[in-house]
This record gives sequence, structure tokens and C-alpha cells, in this order.
Amino acid sequence: MNTELSIRLFKNLLYIRLVEERIRILYPEQELRCPVHLCIGQESAPVGVCANLLQDDVVFSSHRAHGHYLAKGGDLKKFFAELYGKSTGCCRGKGGSQHLIDTSCSFVGSTPIVAGTIPLAVGAAFSFFLNQKKNIAVAFFGDAATEEGVFHESLNFAKLKNLPVLFVCENNLYAVYTSLKERQPPRKRTDIAHAHGLECYEADGTDVISVYHVAKQALENIRNGNGPAFLEIATYRYFEHCGPDCDLHLGYRSEQELTLWKQKDPLEILKHSMLSQGITTQETMNKMYAEIAVQIDEAVAFGKSSAFPDKPELSQHIYAD
Amino acid sequence: MEQQRILKYFEAIREATDQMMGLDTSVVIMGEGVPDPKGIFGTTLGLQKKYGTQRVMDMPVSENGLTGVCIGLALMGMRPILTHQRLDFSLLSFDQLVNNAAKWHYMFAGQSSVPLVIRMIIGKGWGQGSQHSQNLQALFAHIPGLKVVMPTTAYDAKGLLISSIKDNNPVIFIEHRWLHNLQGYVPENIYTVPIGKAHILREGNDITLAATSLMVVEAIKAADWLAKKGIVAEVIDIRTLKPLDDETIITSVKKTGRLLALDTGYYTGGFAGEIIARVSEKAHSFLKSAPQRLTLPDIPEPTTRALTKHYYTDYVNIIQKVLFMLRRSDIELFTQHDSIPHDVPDKEFKGPF
Repeated sequence: MNTELSIRLFKNLLYIRLVEERIRILYPEQELRCPVHLCIGQESAPVGVCANLLQDDVVFSSHRAHGHYLAKGGDLKKFFAELYGKSTGCCRGKGGSQHLIDTSCSFVGSTPIVAGTIPLAVGAAFSFFLNQKKNIAVAFFGDAATEEGVFHESLNFAKLKNLPVLFVCENNLYAVYTSLKERQPPRKRTDIAHAHGLECYEADGTDVISVYHVAKQALENIRNGNGPAFLEIATYRYFEHCGPDCDLHLGYRSEQELTLWKQKDPLEILKHSMLSQGITTQETMNKMYAEIAVQIDEAVAFGKSSAFPDKPELSQHIYAD
Repeated sequence: MEQQRILKYFEAIREATDQMMGLDTSVVIMGEGVPDPKGIFGTTLGLQKKYGTQRVMDMPVSENGLTGVCIGLALMGMRPILTHQRLDFSLLSFDQLVNNAAKWHYMFAGQSSVPLVIRMIIGKGWGQGSQHSQNLQALFAHIPGLKVVMPTTAYDAKGLLISSIKDNNPVIFIEHRWLHNLQGYVPENIYTVPIGKAHILREGNDITLAATSLMVVEAIKAADWLAKKGIVAEVIDIRTLKPLDDETIITSVKKTGRLLALDTGYYTGGFAGEIIARVSEKAHSFLKSAPQRLTLPDIPEPTTRALTKHYYTDYVNIIQKVLFMLRRSDIELFTQHDSIPHDVPDKEFKGPF
């Protein structure tokens, strides 16, 4: 086990987990007045992929975007301020949880229409191709996005032009409360991508280190000019589709299923193997938790204490100058 | 002399594209048939030879996906032009256009923008039918964040296309197929016609005819006929539907006291209704008679010319409406329809498109 890599990935997993857990704690205050789609359980995907990206590689995401924004390096204070609807937020209060952006780290944007940003990532990759840049565009999306026509249109065009784009499908088995089995025939999404001519990869989202290595291989192939690739990461969301709570009472999934996935929690697995292999100590780990908690405290305080946008903000940015 | 330089509308569009591609390497154009032998009714002919396959491209028949690709290009600093040979095809791209292109700048508080031109061509006649003839400009104008232009003259086609390409927002550039062969004065240099500014084509005191696209051509014909009867109409080419220059229209109506709004679109929820609403809100006390409109009926376009002859609105209908509004029953309504068949743009036109 690579010590430096393990610690880096663990810290990133923990960072996202603790941010999401804090949102769960704060949400009942009814001050985070926007829909939140938490990614607790799914953190390996953003962490494993983004750890391989360069600063200028661009990332697009969808409604469940917190992890992608944070893993790419999105500003935490602007994140919380945005959730609080404040003028200091990353969208000055016009976006909320579902519209995140941080151009300083090339997180180009997330939007909540399913599959909506997939062709934008292809367009960004096309601009790299046309301008002979070595960068890569990454589109993160869920399993349901593969049911949208624009997903197929995007893969077709990406391969037609052999563009530097990685399509990352986080398969968490559900579109809101509807299981994959009710939405797709029993065939793999990698088969679809393969039919479009893409290199295809699969990774186990319970193991962030393996996600990292699979993503690394996919991205190296793309960077070497071999065209677009598709990566499916098997994963699971622990809480409700939208909101801070557990949703087992709805009955669309079983407690047993949730428990099985939680037993394979990527954060806990890595933590235990790092401790058992002596890569880190419980004391060091406690310190990591505490440091991140302070960082989050500061970001939350910044969000809470920031001012709301004034009325003129309403009619700003309808058109660009 | 420069004044003599006459181009057809489609040539003006090609020239604007050519000159802007020459000026700015971030301009690229793509669309179904852009580099093909017919070159989008001649508007893109020769461009691929001049600028290469990476800047002048055909595309998969994936309107939504490629609209998204163009948005992605625009977010990275390119200036794509996307063409649809029929406006109707753009309906497949409404998700990307409405949810992403129109909103991106606003959603992200101005941190990035989408400089994108989407050219759409409205068909008419020769059996185009319900899915090759739709006048849906009001639909686009309804979407916050989009700009919508409909040039009528060759001069404005070039100047507005250059403005659209230079604009940092998504601009819906709507061409009427029947305008493509109209001729007019077009300067050779690069010039702009401002987006958001209507144009008074004829000055008059008796009535304001505020029109879009092909209806401007009909309005001019009607104004010519009426002038012979001593009725002087002010003809306004609206040119930009959004942002709308209602000031020019309202100023005119304050002078004439009468408004006839003319749109190539449909009756209910159409743009003519918007013009009437603005005037009613802002110049009601100046109106000498109830504002009126002429539009297509709330009916899809049929194919047979036996039915389309009852479907379109032309200058004869405009004259009738003006005489009604001015209570000039003393003037004989009769006027000759043009001798060309009603379902083709001009005598030289040969099918199929």
C-alpha cells in the first residue's frame, strides 16, 4: 500500500464525508434553503478520479455535485455561502447546491437536468482538440443519465472526433426511488459505450484506491491521444435522493441492502487497512478529523455571517456584456 | 460606387460568416449540411475550402447533443455558429438551448458566458407542411437569457449576423427561406447592425405597421399601395424580438395613433400579441382605434396549395385591415394578388426547397 497515496485519498474522502455530514446536521435549521443531493457513500468516485486530474483539466457534474466540486478543489467557504444563498457564494446565491462552479480549479459547472452537462464536457474536449491542448474533460453523471438520448449523442460525437473526454458513470442503482432493474434491460452500460467505440473501464466504488488506479489508466490513455473513455463506478448512496435523512421508511430499498453496502463503506475500509498496516495511527487520524472540522466550522461561519444579495443582483447577469 | 453593391440575402450571410471567420479564429460553424454541395441554401458555400474541416463542419444528426457541444465550446472561449436548415429541427435541442445556453450566464452569476449563434431557417410553401414551416420565434423570445433576431433585408442579415457572432450571449438568428434571394445594398466592409434596435423603413403619420421578417416585405408592398390612395403608413422592421426595442414602436404609435402588428407566427401567444400588449401598456391614451394584428391562424401549415392559399397572410390582407382601421370604406378594397403562385417566393423559384 502506497502510504502517501493512501493518506491523500483518505483525507479527500474524509473531507467530503464530513462536509456532507455537516449539511445533515445543519439542514434541520431550515437555513440551507435549497435541495441537497448528498453523496455520502459515493465519495470514491470524485476522489479517485479527480486525484488524477491536472489543474486545467475541466470537470462537469450534475445534481449530486458536492463531491466533484470539492474533490476538484472547489472553495469550501463559497460552497457553504452558496448553500446559504449568500452573495459570497460561488454563484452569488443564484445557484444553490445544484449549481456549483469554481473556475479557479476548472470546475466548469454542475446543473440538475439529468445528462445535461455531458455534451458540454464533450464540447470542452472538442475545444482542447481544436486548440491542440493536452487537457481532458470529465463528465460525472449517474446511471439514469445513460437512459437519456443526449448521452448517446455525446458518446457518438466524442468517438467520431476522438476527443479527450472521460465519461464517469456513478451507478448507485437508483434514479430517485426507481431501481435500475425497472429502467434498463439486463445489459451493462459499458456495452453501450463499447458499441459507440469507447474504451471502457469498471471500478469498485467501495475501494477508492482501485478507483484511483482504474481512473489513472483511463486518463493516461486519453491523454496519450487514444480518444474518449467510459468508466462505470459501482457505488451506493446511503441517504435519501434529496435531503439529509435516511429513507428506508419509503420501502423502495431494503435495510439489508443498505447494511450490506455500509459494511463496505469506502472510508471505513481504507481507515482500517491504514491503521492495521501501520500507515497511520489513531492519533494522527483524530487530528485529521479535527483539522477538517475546523475548516468546515470556518466555512459554515463564513456562509452564515455573509450578507444576502441585494435586490439589484436579481436582474444582473441575464446577458453577458 | 459603393451604393451600387447589391447582394442577395443568402450571399450577405455567407459574407458575414466568411469575414468573421477571417477576423476571429475562435469562430467555427457546424450544422447538418454546412459543407455539402448546397451549403445551407448557399449561405456556407466555399467556407470549408477556405477555413478547413476543423472550423467548418458537418455534424451527426444529433441536434440536442451538438447544441450541448457548442455550449461546451463557447464556455471554453470559442464562438460557434450552429445551423438548422429548418427551425423545426431545433426543437430537438430545446433542453440544451433552454436549460443550459439561455441560463448559464445567470445561474453562475456571470462567471462564464455562452457566445453562441444558432441559425434557423423558416420554410414556407411548396408543400413544406407542418414540420418544415414553423414560425416559433415567440417561443424563443419567451425564454429569459436568449436573444432573438429576425433580419429582413440583406443589409441587416449581414450586420445582424456579425453582431450576433460578436455577442457574448446565445443568439437565435432566424432567417425566412423566402428572404434568401431578396437583393439589397450590402457594404463590403465588416459592419454591425445593433441587436435590440428596430428600424423605421418608411415614415408615415396615418398608421404604424410593426412587422417581423417576411411580413416586413408584405408591409412595404401594402404601404406602397396605400400611399397611392393617400394613406401614409409608417413601416417598422422589428428586427430584434428580444431584447425588444419597444421604444421605437411606441414613439411611432404616439405619432400615428394606430397600430397594426404583423408577425409570421401564430395568433395565440404570438409576437404580434406582445407588440400590442406593450403599446397598450405604454401608449394607450394615444390610440385612436383598437390595435390590430395579422398572423397565421392557430393551424399547422398544410401541404397542398389548394389549402395554403387560404392560410398565408399577405399585403392584400394588410391593406384590408388598414382600410378597416382607418374606416376608409370609400376606398375600393380590391387589389390584385401578385401573378406568381402564392406557394413560391418568386417567379424564378424551382422546387424542391
